[in-house]
Amino acid sequence: MKAGIVSYGIYIPRYRITPASIGAVWGQDGNSMGKALGIESKSVPAPDEDAATIAVESARRMLRRVRVDPSRIGAIFVGSESHPYAVKPTATIVGEAIGATPVMTAADFEFACKAGTAAIQACLGLVHMDDNVMPMDYALAIGSDTSQGAPGNALEYSASAGGVSFLIGKDDVIAKIDHSISITTDTPDFWRREGMKYPSHAERFTGVPAYFKHVEMCASKVMENMGTKPGDYDYAVFHQPNGKFPVNVARKLGFTSEKIAPGLWTPRIGNTYSASMMMGLAGILDVAKPNDLILGVSYGSGAGSDGFHIEITDAIEDFNRSASPLVADEAGLGMDIDYATYLKFRKKIKMEGE
Amino acid sequence: MAVARYWRQQEQRYSLAGSKCAICNGSFFPKRTICPTCHRRSIGKMEKFLFSGKGKVVTYTIVHDPIISYADQSPYVLAVIALEEGDLVLGQIVDCDPRIVDIDLDVEMVFRRLSAEGASGTIQYGFKFRLMDVGSS
Ligand SMILES: [Zn+2]
Repeated sequence: MKAGIVSYGIYIPRYRITPASIGAVWGQDGNSMGKALGIESKSVPAPDEDAATIAVESARRMLRRVRVDPSRIGAIFVGSESHPYAVKPTATIVGEAIGATPVMTAADFEFACKAGTAAIQACLGLVHMDDNVMPMDYALAIGSDTSQGAPGNALEYSASAGGVSFLIGKDDVIAKIDHSISITTDTPDFWRREGMKYPSHAERFTGVPAYFKHVEMCASKVMENMGTKPGDYDYAVFHQPNGKFPVNVARKLGFTSEKIAPGLWTPRIGNTYSASMMMGLAGILDVAKPNDLILGVSYGSGAGSDGFHIEITDAIEDFNRSASPLVADEAGLGMDIDYATYLKFRKKIKMEGE
Repeated sequence: MAVARYWRQQEQRYSLAGSKCAICNGSFFPKRTICPTCHRRSIGKMEKFLFSGKGKVVTYTIVHDPIISYADQSPYVLAVIALEEGDLVLGQIVDCDPRIVDIDLDVEMVFRRLSAEGASGTIQYGFKFRLMDVGSS
């Protein structure tokens, strides 16, 4: 039996800020900025949320949908560019909080916005491994971020927060991962040096030679290896640094807008970074039926893409989706805050004693 | 030392881990070694019990004058929660306008940052609560 997704869970913080509220402070036309980026609002984490709390919430919601004893999870990998500690793994906090410790391996992954999908690939490898080498019933891949853009920077309109957990295994798989392939090059489109609070990006360098090149090459490679064409897929999902790039790359590759709609969430919640493409995939799993085919491609600056050919199985009919919130439920709940509250929540105001 | 104290309470704070008495089925938070109903008969019969985190607001207060580390959350709500499986627990209610909190409202546990030892120390995580089915603006 091929391995794949056994369960999934998502978490999106409740607070939202609109491009209009951000633009108003910096003398920019926020509404036009939002339109240009394809973003209506973005999620903002509460002051007591971080990539670890978001990862834990998504993992607990994933577990609520299945009867899996958490002690059978043999690996937890958390992909993020906003791990709360520089040294001390987020994955250990998740492991303890969901009751998977102590017989498990854990590590934190980093690769800009594709660290979570790199974790999925590592989990696939582990569950496919000979049990005599390393016993592994289930492995947990998480993408979780509370990303930040420098105040006034274009990134501030899109950088948001969210988390997605995928439980990878070989029993009761709801979505088989039949194939995965990656594209990786050394491309300096976006970076953050150690100790720096905000990332930097090479303005016009981020589109064509970075995002589009890697995503298109990766999607084409998956289809070439599987002998498929865009028309064969029921759904497609691509990394969503804004609301426009995934729409444009889908059109260039030949996927209709209907096929990407259930997985397109950045317009509502912003770019959840490591969770972005995984959130889209979760949105598709929320509505998918047996035998549906999905093409998924992530993108991480620096740069690389992970591609997945996924087939929904009959097991999704008995899967307890309603035990946890769907992406649409969670994206639809939001409390708008103003820019001053946003600054306070994101700890951009120096407090007494700091 | 604070790090060790928090670490010992980790399971209790992360997962609402308490005790259940095998004789009377009473559930208690935090952990107890003796059941307050069954007394000596319960010795050795108290088992670890994970509460679901679901409960109701029994009473609450809105804190307007917080300690400095909670200034960014002020005003915030502290409430006594009646857990679904029994026993009461004190916890913060997050992600809402404090004015909508009321007695008898349903809450669920969420996993949040409780505190941090300055900018270089450890971060303490644990349970807080959130109103169920609230959040649309
Ligand atoms: Zn008793």
